[in-house]
Amino acid sequence: MRSTDWSTFWVRVLEATLETLTMTAFPLFFASLIGIPLGVAVVVTRKGHLFENRAAFFVLNTIVNIVRSVPFIILLVALIPLTRLIVGTTIGTTAAMVPLVIFAAPFIARLVESSLLEVDPGVTEAAKSMGATPWQIIFRFLIPEALSSLVLNLTIATIGLVGASAMAGAIGSGGLGDLAIAYGYQRFHTDVMIVTVILLVIIVQAIQVSGNHLSQAIRRR
Amino acid sequence: MITFDNVTKSYEGKEGTVTAVKNVSFTVNKGDIFGVIGFSGAGKSTLVRCVNLLEEPTSGEVRVNNRDMKSLSAKELREARKKIGMVFQHFNLCESKTVYANVAIPLQLSKTPKKEVEKRVKDLLSFVGLSDKADNYPDQLSGGQKQRVGIARALATSPEVLLCDEATSALDPQTTKAILALLRKVNREFGITVLIITHEMPVIRDICNRVAVMENGEVIESGSVFDVFSRPEAKTTKNFVSSVMQDQLPQSVIKHLSEDGKTHYIYRILFEGEMASQPVLSKVGKQFDLEVNVLHGQITELQEKPFGNLIVEFHGEPERIEEAVALIKENLTVREVDLHEEY
Ligand SMILES: Nc1ncnc2c1ncn2[C@@H]1O[C@H](COP(=O)(O)OP(=O)(O)OP(=O)(O)O)[C@@H](O)[C@H]1O
Ligand SMILES: [Mg+2]
Repeated sequence: MRSTDWSTFWVRVLEATLETLTMTAFPLFFASLIGIPLGVAVVVTRKGHLFENRAAFFVLNTIVNIVRSVPFIILLVALIPLTRLIVGTTIGTTAAMVPLVIFAAPFIARLVESSLLEVDPGVTEAAKSMGATPWQIIFRFLIPEALSSLVLNLTIATIGLVGASAMAGAIGSGGLGDLAIAYGYQRFHTDVMIVTVILLVIIVQAIQVSGNHLSQAIRRR
Repeated sequence: MITFDNVTKSYEGKEGTVTAVKNVSFTVNKGDIFGVIGFSGAGKSTLVRCVNLLEEPTSGEVRVNNRDMKSLSAKELREARKKIGMVFQHFNLCESKTVYANVAIPLQLSKTPKKEVEKRVKDLLSFVGLSDKADNYPDQLSGGQKQRVGIARALATSPEVLLCDEATSALDPQTTKAILALLRKVNREFGITVLIITHEMPVIRDICNRVAVMENGEVIESGSVFDVFSRPEAKTTKNFVSSVMQDQLPQSVIKHLSEDGKTHYIYRILFEGEMASQPVLSKVGKQFDLEVNVLHGQITELQEKPFGNLIVEFHGEPERIEEAVALIKENLTVREVDLHEEY
């Protein structure tokens, strides 16, 4: 084990923590932008639902399945050309965000799907019987009814992103994962390894606790 | 108001076609509280869902207010549905919304001004007796209270028709009575035509004026509740009537009477309307010197009029019994009971 000069190194740790938070927040935002409508679409195009459409359901469902089945570490490498096209670079925090979005979007779609399918079909039925349009049913009945569960599921996705962003350290993305690999693994700074793990645990805990609270608050407004 | 014209609904399943509703034709008149009764799987829910096209009939026509529902465009159908309220067995309330918001939502869907919504919801909640629960969530309410919210919500858009699919089946008898009283109030005060689906004969007895009995997707008997209760034809109908009316001699009594080898003078007397209240039996008993023995029966109320079914045995001179029966027949329906035919 090598010794670490913490009087200066703590700045690196702080930077890495902020990078991890960035690599979680921004991809979460963009992945939700894609994943939530995708999840809704996978629900409402299925058989017997509001916008039943076999072709659309088949295509969307297949895309989600394919992307979901590629392990993130492979996605990270495989998407390098796309990353370069979109952000102009293939290393660093910004570059990591492209595969993170592609990774999280179908994951979020599946989570949204499961939340929406939990809603009692009786509610849709009642909405139809009062003459609601399909869009009104989605926005005024399905989503509000599923909201509390959606928040819990998005919490799961957020924590998944924290984990994936650490993995992106393998391509030099920055963040706590990168720090752990560069110092803890390659340069044998075990103390750095321990500190990053502790920080990751704290971040994940904080996300889970806030998610639970928010979900509860929505349930009992 | 609602006309079913040869309505058939079948589902294509893996094991062939299931016909849930077969060639059903009947009319619900304006102002009726019309009951459809049948056992589980008879096709009642499917039939009622054909009214607002939650299910599309495979063939036949459903007309509401003389408009063929199938001929409407999607937009017209939504407008028509606003005039057809629906109440569900499991309430189908939005758990994430307060009682107030649940009742307000049908109005908000049609962009009613906020002030108007407020007033209407307040009126409706007071009508169903839930003014103090406006800010509660459905999971803080009892079943009966949830159904009141369901009814208030269904009434929000001032419908002409209210469809109730097993509206009381998830409730205890006491709460059922209260909800039925509320439905009667809806019918009386707003003149709303009510179509009730149920498998509970007390529901029919307590509030319906007309009834249709369904079995295996078909309507096997229909008519005024009075007629169906007093002269049930089909076996299923008889069973339903017996379940609330005690109009059949119990097996033990039949066995006992038919095994003693004597001649019994047993009659069924139907009370319909005012006559039930008169002490007819004791009067003829005295007049013809007969002993009257009530074997079985019950008097209840139908349409707020007495309705009863008594099975009595007369002991006395056979000629006098005949005279007594003839006298009773002047005012009431009397039928001789043949012990061998009873079941
Ligand atoms: N969507 C469907 N697909 C296939 N079969 C169906 C469908 N809906 C109803 N059925 C069948 O149609 C028949 C009638 O069902 P329905 O729900 O109308 O009966 P019901 O009289 O309302 O019974 P219950 O009292 O149990 O509610 C049943 O045999 C049922 O299995
Ligand atoms: Mg049913």
